[in-house]
Amino acid sequence: MNDATTPTRTRPFFGMALVNRLCGWWTALVLAFLYLPLALLIAYSFNASRLNVVWEGFTVRWYREMLANEPLIRALKNSVLIAGVTTILSVVIGTTGAWLLHSYRYRFRRLWEALVFVPIAVPEVIMGIGLLILFTAVAPGINGFLDSAFGAANETRFALGFVTTIIAHVTFCFPLVLVAVQARLADLDPAMEEAALDLGATPLVAFWRVIVPCIMPAIISGALMAFTLSMDEVLVTYFVCGPESKTLPLEIYDNVRKGLNPMLNAISAVFVAATAILVVIAERIRRIGR
Amino acid sequence: MQAAHATAARVGGRRPGLVGWLLLCPMLLWLAAFVVVPTLILAYASFTRADEDTGFPIYRGGLTFENYRRIVLDDDGHFLRTEQEEITTVDRDGTERVTGTHATTVIAAPYLRVFGSSLLYAGITTVLCVFVGYPMAWYIGRANERTRNRLLMLVMIPFWTGFLIRTYAWITILATDGLLNGLLQYTHAITQPFGMLYTPGAVVLGLVYSYLPFMILPIYGSVEKLDHTLVEAALDLGAGPLATFRKIILPLTRPGIAAGVLLVFVPAVGMYAISSLMGGGRTPMIGDVIQNQFFTGRDWPFGCALGITLVAMFVAAFAILAKFRSSVTGSDHAFRAR
Repeated sequence: MNDATTPTRTRPFFGMALVNRLCGWWTALVLAFLYLPLALLIAYSFNASRLNVVWEGFTVRWYREMLANEPLIRALKNSVLIAGVTTILSVVIGTTGAWLLHSYRYRFRRLWEALVFVPIAVPEVIMGIGLLILFTAVAPGINGFLDSAFGAANETRFALGFVTTIIAHVTFCFPLVLVAVQARLADLDPAMEEAALDLGATPLVAFWRVIVPCIMPAIISGALMAFTLSMDEVLVTYFVCGPESKTLPLEIYDNVRKGLNPMLNAISAVFVAATAILVVIAERIRRIGR
Repeated sequence: MQAAHATAARVGGRRPGLVGWLLLCPMLLWLAAFVVVPTLILAYASFTRADEDTGFPIYRGGLTFENYRRIVLDDDGHFLRTEQEEITTVDRDGTERVTGTHATTVIAAPYLRVFGSSLLYAGITTVLCVFVGYPMAWYIGRANERTRNRLLMLVMIPFWTGFLIRTYAWITILATDGLLNGLLQYTHAITQPFGMLYTPGAVVLGLVYSYLPFMILPIYGSVEKLDHTLVEAALDLGAGPLATFRKIILPLTRPGIAAGVLLVFVPAVGMYAISSLMGGGRTPMIGDVIQNQFFTGRDWPFGCALGITLVAMFVAAFAILAKFRSSVTGSDHAFRAR
């Protein structure tokens, strides 16, 4: 009796264990698929030979070439500036937005929440052309206003450049911060804010002294996400970027279109390393908060 | 219990005063100015004519359906076209002879066909991502916390590296003077390098490589939430792994799959750059065509019309998926009630 039932009982478990084992192997394979190209890229950034599969010795020549590349360094500076301003604005708008939507029952709240998701959900090319056409449509009006306000000597002109790029980046970055902070707020014990309010704190003081410290990990990881995304973004930036505000990914894009180049391997290696460090830091901070 | 409930209601349920609305204003104005208004201008511009020199829309020049007509119909005003293909036979002495014709009906409008091929590329990419990503998401979701966090981090690093670097990585491998051809020639497996880049296969590879993490993360989310006792119960009651997967695991992780499909399919359809970098412009996707209207082609209103058509397609897809998802959560409730 026992002998007859035991196999039928254990076989499914054996099957499931086998499935899990296979999934494990599959995971290893997919990770290899994800990382092998990046590993090759990094390895060949140290290869002395130009465009050759054969290893001809170790060199840092491509890294030196990269650092000596004037447009590239300028683009890096632009990118850091744009990503920095974008991150600050995104954190301010995203955090206050998350807290307000969390703690107040706004009229049309569903609509506002849906609207926040639009920049995340819409294809980048649509956002790019939408903003480009907005900026070109309002540019004559703004410039006319500037001219009439400051007279003929006015040299401030509204054109595609840093301002438009930052606007575009904030538009798709702050929803990420908002979502990250909102998730953290949802886990928060409402009694904390309640206690602060009962003890006489105004809602703003309660927010600043009680809520902000609690959601700090989410704010920081959201900020890192915004910074990384702003540093990496190509598709929207391509449309709204002016010649003097060209970002690093756009400079890389132009280089990639020209063909293979070991200097690009070096740039990519630096990019992968920087991203890996930022992701690890963001994860650590997020987990400390838990 | 009662007190906690009341507290939650008070914090999350206060009606905002004037200050509350004023504080929300910057965000709402930002969204209005840079999401709503651009969409409205886009929609309006798609009905205008283009300035012949600059390609800009002429906002005060009257409205026209011409741009949309150009998307749906070809130059002769046809929606469908029958292509006569001659069947030639080569005789023994080498001369070619027409032995018959073969008629195929195709969509005539070139732009509609680009839409079709973009949908196809994005669809193939999405399906491949589901099949490649699901077992991995399952494994990550069932691993212990330490392994799980490490694996998630490993998935996230390429996800945040930006698609450009990742695309370039594959270009260095697949190019005619790239690593794979170099390796094959070095080992004398082949004598002539052969073109692997600039093929539809390369484009799909690039898309899958770029969007796989977008599929893994949401599926992982629903695998992690899945109540494993249900799986064990099914196995205890004698269901095999396949039946358990089909009847328990798949329905409960369907929201994750739906989210992943959305996160992969939407950007993949609108993607440009991967197809031009890895497909060499031979397999244009709708994103490339739209981008062209604004830079090299210079017909902004037509680009807007293409964009609006793309958005309309997504809205339709969202509506269908929302219905699909609500029916899934509906069955979820039914499941719990039972």
